[in-house]
Amino acid sequence: MGKQYETVIGLEVHIELSTKTKIFCGCATTFGKGANTQICPVCAGMPGALPVLNRQVVRYALAMGLALNCHVNQLCKFDRKNYFYPDNPQNYQISQLYLPICQDGYLEIPAGAGTKKVRIHELHMEEDAGKLIHDEWADCSLADFNRSGVPLIEIVSEPDMRSADEVIAYLEQLRKIAQYLGISDCRLQEGSMRADVNLSVREVGSSVFGTRTEMKNLNSFKAIMHAIEGERERQIELLEEGKAIIQETRRWDDNKESSRSMRSKEDAKDYRYFPDPDLPPVHIPDAWITELREKQPEFAEHRASRYQAEFGLSESDARQITEYKNLADIFEKTVKLSGNARKTANWLTGETFRLAREKGIALESVSIIPKDFLTFLGEVENGNLNNQAAKKVFEAMLLEGCEPLAYMQEHQLKTVRDTGLLEKTVQDVLAQNPKAVEEFSQGKEKVFGFLVGNVMRQMRGKAAPDEVGKMLREKLAELAK
Amino acid sequence: MTERKQSALSLGEKIRRQEIRVKEAVDAAYQKISESEPQIHAFLTLTEEYAYRRAEEVQKGIQEGRYTGPLAGVPIAVKDNICTAGIRTTCASKMLGDFVPPYSATAFSLLEEAGAILVGKTNMDEFAMGSTTETSAFGVTRNPHNPEHVPGGSSGGSCAAVAAGETFLAVGSDTGGSIRQPSSYCGVTGLKPTYGTVSRSGLIAYASSLDQIGPIGTNIADCAAMLEILAKQDAADSTSMDRSDLVGITQAAARADESLKGFRVGIPQEYLSSQIQPQVRDAVEAAAKALAERGAEVEIFSLSMTDYVIPTYYLIACAEASSNLERFDGVKYGYRAAAYKGLHEMYKKSRSEGFGEEVKRRIMLGTFVLSSGYYDAYYLKALRAKALLKKEFDEAFAKYDILIGPAAPTTAPKIGTSLQDPILMYLSDIYTVAVNLAGLPGLSMPWGKDENGLPVGIQLIGDCFQERKLFRAAACLEEDRPSAKNTVSEKSACDGIGR
Repeated sequence: MGKQYETVIGLEVHIELSTKTKIFCGCATTFGKGANTQICPVCAGMPGALPVLNRQVVRYALAMGLALNCHVNQLCKFDRKNYFYPDNPQNYQISQLYLPICQDGYLEIPAGAGTKKVRIHELHMEEDAGKLIHDEWADCSLADFNRSGVPLIEIVSEPDMRSADEVIAYLEQLRKIAQYLGISDCRLQEGSMRADVNLSVREVGSSVFGTRTEMKNLNSFKAIMHAIEGERERQIELLEEGKAIIQETRRWDDNKESSRSMRSKEDAKDYRYFPDPDLPPVHIPDAWITELREKQPEFAEHRASRYQAEFGLSESDARQITEYKNLADIFEKTVKLSGNARKTANWLTGETFRLAREKGIALESVSIIPKDFLTFLGEVENGNLNNQAAKKVFEAMLLEGCEPLAYMQEHQLKTVRDTGLLEKTVQDVLAQNPKAVEEFSQGKEKVFGFLVGNVMRQMRGKAAPDEVGKMLREKLAELAK
Repeated sequence: MTERKQSALSLGEKIRRQEIRVKEAVDAAYQKISESEPQIHAFLTLTEEYAYRRAEEVQKGIQEGRYTGPLAGVPIAVKDNICTAGIRTTCASKMLGDFVPPYSATAFSLLEEAGAILVGKTNMDEFAMGSTTETSAFGVTRNPHNPEHVPGGSSGGSCAAVAAGETFLAVGSDTGGSIRQPSSYCGVTGLKPTYGTVSRSGLIAYASSLDQIGPIGTNIADCAAMLEILAKQDAADSTSMDRSDLVGITQAAARADESLKGFRVGIPQEYLSSQIQPQVRDAVEAAAKALAERGAEVEIFSLSMTDYVIPTYYLIACAEASSNLERFDGVKYGYRAAAYKGLHEMYKKSRSEGFGEEVKRRIMLGTFVLSSGYYDAYYLKALRAKALLKKEFDEAFAKYDILIGPAAPTTAPKIGTSLQDPILMYLSDIYTVAVNLAGLPGLSMPWGKDENGLPVGIQLIGDCFQERKLFRAAACLEEDRPSAKNTVSEKSACDGIGR
């Protein structure tokens, strides 16, 4: 019987801040613009260009640090991290090593039935690098500096996590906090949230850490899960074979679903950090700390319990809605107008999540105008929209921002309340399906649904299902006499 | 106020009164340049097209009342490490031999706004690293007082241009004495302002915490006029300061006080050491005596940190330089090797071929002192020494209004003698680097000549933000010095026009 191993994991998480301009110049940070259209002498590393700190970056970093219960270094400094790479126009990155803005905090994550504290070693500010595009046809590489100078915070945890589930819970928690603070959209796929995983294994009960490796290039939760499982197994295998684990940096390959060694500790880079002489130390006024503490938003957990208490939502609905701040905001604003929490919640947890999954849209980018949502709920409530039509309207509202009444009008989705027409259609359907009528009279209740479907189809989905059912039963009863 | 015949201010006044047209002033500058350049080689790039276009615009602006400043229409030279949009800026390096910046340094933009006319970019030691202008990739500049000798450095081109009368005013930069030492060698006046006074935005960095742009001219008042234009707080430079206290400094510098009663002058005894050339020591003592004769109290004191300033300076400056010069990699602009295989060879060859010996020496030194394991032993120790030096200066300025000493231990050495022993060359920076380390203003001005006809200079040092005190003493010394006339070229750009 083999030994029992424990996985020890610490994370370095980079979060791109959603400031309008870059950290050290006035260039826009908008994602996805044409190559090198958002650059200036500063972020392109031109000779003589100097960095000037964007105050908003400090406020965002500070807000995050406070939410992570960190100690604030009210005098913090920027340092240069020197390394040569073509996406790094100055060949040094401005970061914080010696005096980061925040240190020694913690984050509570859900674990099992309770919670667990993951200690935060530090949070610091730094600039992002540009991007290289390798053109294999032309055998050349091109540099795009649009991302160069986009503000980042790096959050370094202590090695307090013990499983992939805890890692995901930690990342989800960071994402939620950042989104509720409004400091980042935290999209893993777009790279606005990135995580490097430091992992070691040790025998259960051991109090010393094993040799750790660092894994980079993890672009999705799936990649993180697989990388953690793979690396745990790789390390255990080495230990079982009596081999040593080499302290190294490994790069995850999403296609191969495996990692390979990038560089070992021996050839680890010497970044020659030193204080950046172009940037004076940053003094953080007491007033900022007080103000940001006071303005701290109501975070997801608190909102979820309030939704249960105040609106009577189930725990799972409340948690699902508060998972994304925009959904919670839509919920609250709509409920304030409609007073109907349960129905609002149903549409958000059901259709919204389904559509996001099917259409591949990020839940954090979903938006519905509360007034439209209210109109929509009203139309459903008063029977103007049957279930099928309602789904169509909701989808248009969610995906295209359509106004519900206009959309219903345009696509003739309003329920028809013409009893004459309904009666005629029902009679036609019964006449066309004598076999079904026969079977129904013999007690086969199943065919009733078939008949309802036929009526609905002939009325092109615009009939109110309850009325159809009522009319059918009446007519069938008449026939049975 | 004494009439200053050969000065930027008097030329500016004649242009303002429309006695001289801007074009005539530019013509005269280029006339003088064409005469002197074959021998002196102060300029790397002449900007005739730009200068004549600007001359027309500024002339029109003066007539329409848009340019009213004292330097409107006055030709100037600018050191080639200061970015000038659309005009080649090389740092005297093969690395930037064809580099045309897309933007202008704030300092240059301010001079343009004031109507000064750039006639050319001046030679310098490569990336401002050197004390002789011999490390330039584009040939040496010669001292106008004796072409066998160097003009000093790194702002050798700017100082030589002024000394040769090619322009009355030039812009230099000073990281460890690069304005004051060549000013001393060339017999001109140069000021390194308090760190933070002039924006560094667009100044191609050598050592960011020490670099400072400053004026070089034939006299104190001209330098004050340029300083008043340059001393503007700049949002593009986080280390830039509000110097509105310097408004009006031009008028103040143009007038010498009869009495310096109550003015306290300190001479560091280490600045009178036996290694100094006798004429240089004599000049310092004579200048101190002149101040005393006007009622100043002069006292010798000890600045004991002087022994440590050279290593402290070279550790900090090289460390910063090694990082500042990383951006020159052949990727985005500047020199790229013709043939290479892969990224690393491109970096290696481009930088090996693009940089000269002295630059490479300082990059290597700086890279070493920042390396893990050496950072604490060298770089951090140097920062501590810097702090101690600053403390010692603070104590000195509690007692004295200004300090006086030499700018360089000797007059200009012969071309070809300095680079043979770089350490010896570094040691000659002993009286200038302390000023940069402490962020102080320092002013170098001529005080006679040695037996070879080479100018001798003295240096005045003030506390941070106390440029006014420097100008006050300098204006007196300018009147009192043995012969002001023989320090600038007999014939200069103002001669023969507008009389």
